[in-house]
Amino acid sequence: MSQTPESATAEPAISVRNVVVSYNGRRVLDGINLDVRRGETMVLLGGSGSGKSTLLRQIIGLEHPQSGEVLVNGLDLAKSGAADLKRLRRSIGVAFQGGALFNSMSVEDNVALPLREHTQLAESTISLMTWMKLAVVGLAEFGRLSPQALSGGMKKRAAVARALSLDPEILVFDEPSAGLDPIVAAELDELILGLKAAFNMTVVVVTHEMASAFRIADRMAMLYEGSLIAVGTKEELLSSSHPRIRQFFDRVPDKIADTAAFDQYFQRYMEGGLA
Amino acid sequence: MTVSLVERIGGATLRHVEYVGGLAIQLQGSIRALGRTLPVVGNRSRWRSAIGQMFAVGVAAAPMVAIMAACAGFILAMQGASELRRFGAMQFVVDLVTIGFTRELGPLLTAIAVSGRSGSAFSAEIGSMVVAEEIDALRTMAIEPVEFVLAPKFLAALIVLPCLTIISSACGILAGGLFMRFSTEMGLGVYLRDVVHSIVLSDVITGLVKSLAFATIIVHVGCLEGFRVRGGPDAVGRSATAAVVKSTFLVILADVGFTALFYLTGGK
Repeated sequence: MSQTPESATAEPAISVRNVVVSYNGRRVLDGINLDVRRGETMVLLGGSGSGKSTLLRQIIGLEHPQSGEVLVNGLDLAKSGAADLKRLRRSIGVAFQGGALFNSMSVEDNVALPLREHTQLAESTISLMTWMKLAVVGLAEFGRLSPQALSGGMKKRAAVARALSLDPEILVFDEPSAGLDPIVAAELDELILGLKAAFNMTVVVVTHEMASAFRIADRMAMLYEGSLIAVGTKEELLSSSHPRIRQFFDRVPDKIADTAAFDQYFQRYMEGGLA
Repeated sequence: MTVSLVERIGGATLRHVEYVGGLAIQLQGSIRALGRTLPVVGNRSRWRSAIGQMFAVGVAAAPMVAIMAACAGFILAMQGASELRRFGAMQFVVDLVTIGFTRELGPLLTAIAVSGRSGSAFSAEIGSMVVAEEIDALRTMAIEPVEFVLAPKFLAALIVLPCLTIISSACGILAGGLFMRFSTEMGLGVYLRDVVHSIVLSDVITGLVKSLAFATIIVHVGCLEGFRVRGGPDAVGRSATAAVVKSTFLVILADVGFTALFYLTGGK
């Protein structure tokens, strides 16, 4: 793994240590260890049910691990007091999969909400800052619309504008490409790259879209059945010989039909055992 | 067989205790948040949101509550009159309707109407927000959902339910007067004078105290059902049904408790 000396010594922006999460006795995350360095784009890859969304919820502090810890800027989310947690949450902007915009408010009110809640700025300053955030994501003219009037891609961009409103150090995206056509998905990738270049943010992206992952990632982490099977640069993952990584990259399906069960059933049927 | 029965009873008991615990925790959080919803001292946008809720929960429900109460007042007067007439005690119909509404029917009818209208609306609104990850988004923006979503509804209900209860009682009593006017030729002026004689301040106060308790139950059950939605749109529908059923049941249960308490302490 290539590490520059400064990134190796600097405290990671996010540090996930031995995190275990189980639901109803099933281990969804099984001892995850992952560091996200400051200023890098980390892409969490994995198939459906691999635990990547659960890991994301741990990183943004919506859930706490049964054992292990998640440190953001060196502070444990699960053990932080209310004031620390509030400060930590303000330093993380999250763009949810479906946008999670409030339909009862206009787009600009959605973007202005964190500013109105957490700052004492004058309304004129808030509206200027809101306009700037919307301009960054290319929605400056759409502020007065209701979120319902926006297309899927525009909703996601508006959600990015809201996530940016408090100038977070860390930006987290949940499935930015899901449900978008390739052109709009590519636009969103460019937006993520542009934001990172402009604001030098730490970016965490959860996705299963390979093209998007390769376009934006500095490093990738691959989850399979609740465990991290690889963490590294694009080149390192591409050259990996791990069968699951190869299967994911080469789009090889799992065997769906259970032929043994079929044979067994057929045999019993012929013997009259199912009458 | 016995073990499974014991297990089932135990499991159901635990579920109910857990539910009541959830309500208590939510109530505690919302009481702290109420201060930040008040005008002048609190957050301006919460107060604005509370005013919106007052229109939705109170003003929009007023015609329905008034008509329901008027019908119930008319029925109560008719039923009372058909019995009391036999004893030549028609004048007691006035007492029956007045005391019945100020102490009992006014708050109860209002609570049932609001529970059906707004309890389900609260749970459906919050449930949809859960499904669309809006509640998660609030938490990641360091905004407490109980303060942002629930507290304005709670404040609004605490203000409008007593108002609706007064409207309901007034309509019920007036409808009783209308019946008396047509069935006994007792003038409305005479009826209202008798009503003023029958009204006791403590009855009005107990009715209003009940309405505050009912407001708390309706808002908290409705919102808790919404916050507990997991899954998709079908879960939102189920939560709306559960909100109405549970809040109506708990309102009636609380009414029994309050009435028993007032009966035992005040001899009413």
